[in-house]
Amino acid sequence: MTTIAITMMIIAILTVWGGLALSLLNLKRHPEDEGALPEEHAPEL
Amino acid sequence: MSGQASPSAAPEKRETFSTRRLFILSAIGSAVGLGNIWRFPYIAYDNGGGAFLIPYLVALLTAGIPLLFLDYAVGHKFRGSAPLAYRRLHRAAEPLGWWQVLVCFVIAAYYAVIIAWSLMYTIFSFTEAWGDDAEGYFFGTFLALSEAPGVGFTYVPAVFFPLLLIWITVIAIMVAGIRKGISRANSILLPLLMVMFLLLVVQSLFLPGAAQGLNAFFTPDWAALADPAVWAAAYGHIFFSLSVGYGIMVTYSSYLKRRTDLTGSGMVVAFSNSGFEILAGIGVFAALGFMAQAAGTGINDVVTQGIGLAFVAFPTIVSQAPLGPVMGVLFFGSLVFAGVTSLISVLEVIVAAVQDKLGWGRIKASVVVSGLVAAVSLGLFPTATGLYLLDTSDAFVNSFGITLGALVTVMVLAWFLRKLPLLSAHLNRTSTIKMRRTWMVLVAGVVPLALIYMVANEFISKITTTYEGYPAWFVGLFGWGMAGGLVVLALILTVIPWSRKSKAHHDPEYQSIVDEEAEEEEEQAR
Repeated sequence: MTTIAITMMIIAILTVWGGLALSLLNLKRHPEDEGALPEEHAPEL
Repeated sequence: MSGQASPSAAPEKRETFSTRRLFILSAIGSAVGLGNIWRFPYIAYDNGGGAFLIPYLVALLTAGIPLLFLDYAVGHKFRGSAPLAYRRLHRAAEPLGWWQVLVCFVIAAYYAVIIAWSLMYTIFSFTEAWGDDAEGYFFGTFLALSEAPGVGFTYVPAVFFPLLLIWITVIAIMVAGIRKGISRANSILLPLLMVMFLLLVVQSLFLPGAAQGLNAFFTPDWAALADPAVWAAAYGHIFFSLSVGYGIMVTYSSYLKRRTDLTGSGMVVAFSNSGFEILAGIGVFAALGFMAQAAGTGINDVVTQGIGLAFVAFPTIVSQAPLGPVMGVLFFGSLVFAGVTSLISVLEVIVAAVQDKLGWGRIKASVVVSGLVAAVSLGLFPTATGLYLLDTSDAFVNSFGITLGALVTVMVLAWFLRKLPLLSAHLNRTSTIKMRRTWMVLVAGVVPLALIYMVANEFISKITTTYEGYPAWFVGLFGWGMAGGLVVLALILTVIPWSRKSKAHHDPEYQSIVDEEAEEEEEQAR
């Protein structure tokens, strides 16, 4: 493969999969509020 | 009005995804479809190669993701199928929901047919049934395609029976509901799809000529960035790829628990979809590189998309590649799995709408609705003329159903009803990534501009020449007529009153949420 094609491939992978990694990380940092089923009233309310 | 509902039978509670993870898996399953595999690689190659990444990412961030969040906000705040959610947003918006439901009806009817072909080709891969003429085999032997477009009822058993099998499977999933059907199907099929597709990509990368294919795919043509058509292609692809604007994400998000991180989850869905596309581009172009080398031609002589890529180019590659049958099973099996997870999300839009309108239970609505779509699908498409009908309905429902529908929806919500502040507040209530002024500017400004450009382009190209040179009556009836018919039918469905059993009249679960949110707001105001 040519250098420019390899460079663009790496940039594409880094931006898109990097974006995925960041969004997964963000989600992991904010775990799901298990208690808040729609059929239940949230306890604090 | 609610007094009319019988108090003795409390309405059933709305189904939910049991975890956020299952919602995300199902939403990815919906977004990742045939288009990711057979459309994206060609669009990227044709619009600047590596340079396409820039308009693609811009379109994703400025239109795709904002529109995805708009759908999430409507579905999650108003907790209903598309027509009910839009009706709760504003009475005047209800026809938008029905329009989206009808678009889904048309899509489901023909989309299943492509899955049926893929299923047959998974089996054909073992014996390489197409011999050394993949094109002649597909159109002549397999589809038994007639010379001229028309409406015929010469059924092709090799398509009819696999299609029947697909419909039986899908109806079983729909009947089982959100948790036992849709969630479970996605949590099995999506990981399976990922593994199979990864294996396919790895196998493709080891083929001779793969590097030439990747060169063709990734070498940037920077001049393309000055061409507005390239930018339009990027926006167009993002709209179709993310399954936004035709009710799917409204419906799925209505099954989410109340306190769910909408935008955080949406980011994962959007980037997974794009991540899969990039992977598909690598796999497809590595394989096309091999095909070009084997034929002793350049990549541009073999590059293609859609049906031509899947059912002509890939069978040719399978015949020539070492371990070809393995590759065929991985490729066509991926199409089947990607297709099924998308098809069930399209069907759910219709099932949910009928459940809400008529107050029917899950099983009755799933059987009747899916049965009806299946009957249309089985009646019209597995015939000698089915491909012409499929091609025409696909082209027109995309342009004047999805794209035009999304444009009207965005204009009505943003400019006429001015609901974006309300929806942005809803997104921010529970989400980690906040959507404020920038989001509203994107949804009210950038998204409609991109959509207007696309609709205008489609309109001009379809009005100046008869689509594909098919007979005028055929395109008039199944193209223009079908697309216009959906709008008329949407208005009729709006006028038909909601059943007395319907949640539109009596939904204590939704009412308690509305009351609670009002209380919360009052507290904050104090």
